[in-house]
Amino acid sequence: MFIKPYGDTSNDGAVQLSFTLPVKNCGRAKEAARLYVQKLGFQKVDVVHAAPLSEEFTFFVAYGKTDVALDYDKVEYAEAVDKYMSMDEVNDFIKTHFKRKIVIVGACSGTDAHTVGIDAIMNMKGYNHHFGLERYPMIEALNMGSQVPNERLLAKARELKADAVLVSQIVTQKDVHIKNLTELIELAEAEKMRGKTLLVVGGPRVNNKLAKELGYDAGFGPGTYAEHVATFVVKKLHERMIGKK
Amino acid sequence: MTPVKSKLGLSRAKIDKARELAAAVTAPVQQFIDRHTTVTIERATLRLLGADGANSDGVPVPNLIAQQCAEKLSGGASLYYVNALVKLGKTPAELNKAVAGGLDLSQIELTDRKAIQKKADELIKGLDGRIAGNVTHRNAKLRQYKDKVKSPLIYVIVATGNIYEDVKQAQAAALQGADIIAVIRTTAQSLLDYVPYGATTEGFGGTYATQENFRIMRAALDEVVDKEGRYIRLVNYCSGLCMPEIAAMGAMERLDMMLNDSMYGILFRDINMYRTFTDQYFSRMINTAADIIINTGEDNYLTTSDAVEKANTVLASQLINEQFAFKAGMPARLMGLGHAFEINPELKNGFLYEYAQALMAREIFPEHPLKYMPPTKFMTGDVFKGYAMNTLFNFVSKATGQGIHLLGMLTEAIHTPYLQDRHLAIENALYVHNAMEDFAGEIEFRKGGIMQKRAQLVLDETIELLGEVKRHGLFTAIETGMFAEIKRPRDGGKGLDGVYEKSPEYWNPAEAYLKRKLKIGK
Ligand code: B12
Repeated sequence: MFIKPYGDTSNDGAVQLSFTLPVKNCGRAKEAARLYVQKLGFQKVDVVHAAPLSEEFTFFVAYGKTDVALDYDKVEYAEAVDKYMSMDEVNDFIKTHFKRKIVIVGACSGTDAHTVGIDAIMNMKGYNHHFGLERYPMIEALNMGSQVPNERLLAKARELKADAVLVSQIVTQKDVHIKNLTELIELAEAEKMRGKTLLVVGGPRVNNKLAKELGYDAGFGPGTYAEHVATFVVKKLHERMIGKK
Repeated sequence: MTPVKSKLGLSRAKIDKARELAAAVTAPVQQFIDRHTTVTIERATLRLLGADGANSDGVPVPNLIAQQCAEKLSGGASLYYVNALVKLGKTPAELNKAVAGGLDLSQIELTDRKAIQKKADELIKGLDGRIAGNVTHRNAKLRQYKDKVKSPLIYVIVATGNIYEDVKQAQAAALQGADIIAVIRTTAQSLLDYVPYGATTEGFGGTYATQENFRIMRAALDEVVDKEGRYIRLVNYCSGLCMPEIAAMGAMERLDMMLNDSMYGILFRDINMYRTFTDQYFSRMINTAADIIINTGEDNYLTTSDAVEKANTVLASQLINEQFAFKAGMPARLMGLGHAFEINPELKNGFLYEYAQALMAREIFPEHPLKYMPPTKFMTGDVFKGYAMNTLFNFVSKATGQGIHLLGMLTEAIHTPYLQDRHLAIENALYVHNAMEDFAGEIEFRKGGIMQKRAQLVLDETIELLGEVKRHGLFTAIETGMFAEIKRPRDGGKGLDGVYEKSPEYWNPAEAYLKRKLKIGK
């Protein structure tokens, strides 16, 4: 199935854009904005708003229509989990299949000082009325906080024989999160933890695809709750367990 | 203080009670402060007396001198600096060069104390002239362009990491209508125990606070001041391990506002509490002398705690900040006490609570230029919803007469602001503020209604919290996580090794000058 953006009729290809050009606001600037949007591949370009930001910059709002269509059937993306379990279901699942507690260690690692995301997933209180992993009777959860060096996170995971390591990355400027996540994977590789301990990453600019590309078992983005990660962890561990038998 | 009729039905007796408790909470801490100095207070003093520059490894001259003094810091570092000026007959600029080249001031034999004091008096006179000149200049411009003063003042942030890029963005924002420009500091500068030297172009999430960067941005904004006929205020961060030194630099380079909180560093940067309390006092004396408005950081409580549940920690902290500031000679008109619009947007009637809490702050702090912070935590990638949330924030700010209005950015959850993000934010604020110019005077609230009850509850809970803090003492209260649910041991954190008990012969001409000027003590 080929798809195009939908404005007010099927396949009209309507797209809304806003951007700034480094020129003084005037008729010529507006025409430049129109031509620029055209160069991006849009037709029927309408520059509907232009406002000066200073003597040297102008802000534009523009609409354009595109002919570009995409074959949706060829788009590949796998969610970490298809169907999530609730907290109680996760607990029952662990009781039935593992007969022991699952150990999870997490942190916001590297130089990142944002704790709210990892706290939302791990702390007792949770987030938006979704309890965190510490609340799960069958999960032993340790939240190490923020600015935790990758070495320390992995050392702790080994010490506690963790089944899964959760790492949070919030700051993404200059791709610091990619660098840090790559370092963590390399350390895990050197420690022969990959393939044994589940490595899961989360943050507002993270998704499952990026996580997989970087060598993680799964990735979670905005709007994640503890039960999402918990479902993934227990299902994946179970899969590995029965796969081994 | 001018009594205002409370639209929220707040009891005057309860407000007084809360203030008394805050005064009782801060008094024992002040006793500690008065008996101590810190390595950065000594470096700040050196800066005020003329120490500046850095050696070839980038170590600042004030740090070199402090290192030379080592344990002698408990007697005050300025003695050795001023002594060297007298003994060697050098100007501060010449002496700075010599120190950068390796001269050890602590090894120079001390000369006659009278000669040292005389030299110090001369340096202090120069300092006073410079600071007073800055104040006079600012006041003259404010008077000249007073018809352009907006209420609240519109505050935006630049944060490129490169001071020259910051200049472009700051000038653009000022031309669009911003009254206040804050240059965000680079990540982790607060934990550096020195202030980098010179202009900088590499920062992460912000730009280094250096004296040269201050100068560059001040000059850039001054250009806009006369072009626009509106005074543009410059803000930086007087926080972290070098709090007093940043205050000194700001006073000399005519910054207009400084982020400066009595507890932020302890709670959110894990700086030792003795260090922070001692440093904030000296910083605030400098800020007061230079007529610099401080911005306190209560908004931060709400990033880790819930804005409804923990509204009382915000008010308690404002009251504590106020008392510490009073002790440093600061008048209420320089206290930009912080608070924020951070209630979960999903909460039913959340807007009424925001409105009530903002008005409560206004009624409890009638003369203070309150600093109101926008929604951040609940901003998401939905920039359109975010823009709507900022509109409500703009509304509450105007409706409750806030003084300093930090604009929310629709892209808060995504990146540091683009040029156009700031423009959209300013447009929104100017529209809302103009459209409801006289709204505040038109409205009253139902007796015993949701808003009155909310504000009264927060005040009651604040009194309860401050009572408990008083019982345990502020040090223990922080150790046990009574603020922001963060626990900090009194002997933990960074910078404790830089705290010194003042020796009986402690000498600090800048401190003496500040206390005289601000009429502190006898
Ligand atoms: C609160 C906050 C702070 C607080 C943090 C307090 C604390 N203890 O956490 C303070 C004030 C300290 C702070 C500091 C800084 N911040 Co900040 N901060 C924010 C803010 C406003 C909210 C973040 C938040 O708490 N969101 C709520 C949580 C629940 O959402 P979340 O983190 O996305 O987490 C969810 C999902 O992502 C996921 N998730 C997250 N982690 C994990 C992990 C796992 C394993 C899983 C499964 C899921 C998961 O689940 C969570 C729940 O659904 C954001 C803006 C925003 N609205 O996002 C900026 C923001 C993140 N900060 C930013 C910046 C730049 C900084 C500073 C560098 C500023 C500076 N110059 O000093 C410093 C960084 C210091 C450092 N070394 O990291 C930028 C980052 C830009 C970028 N893309 O890189 C942002 C986007 C603001 C901006 N527009 O500039 N910040």
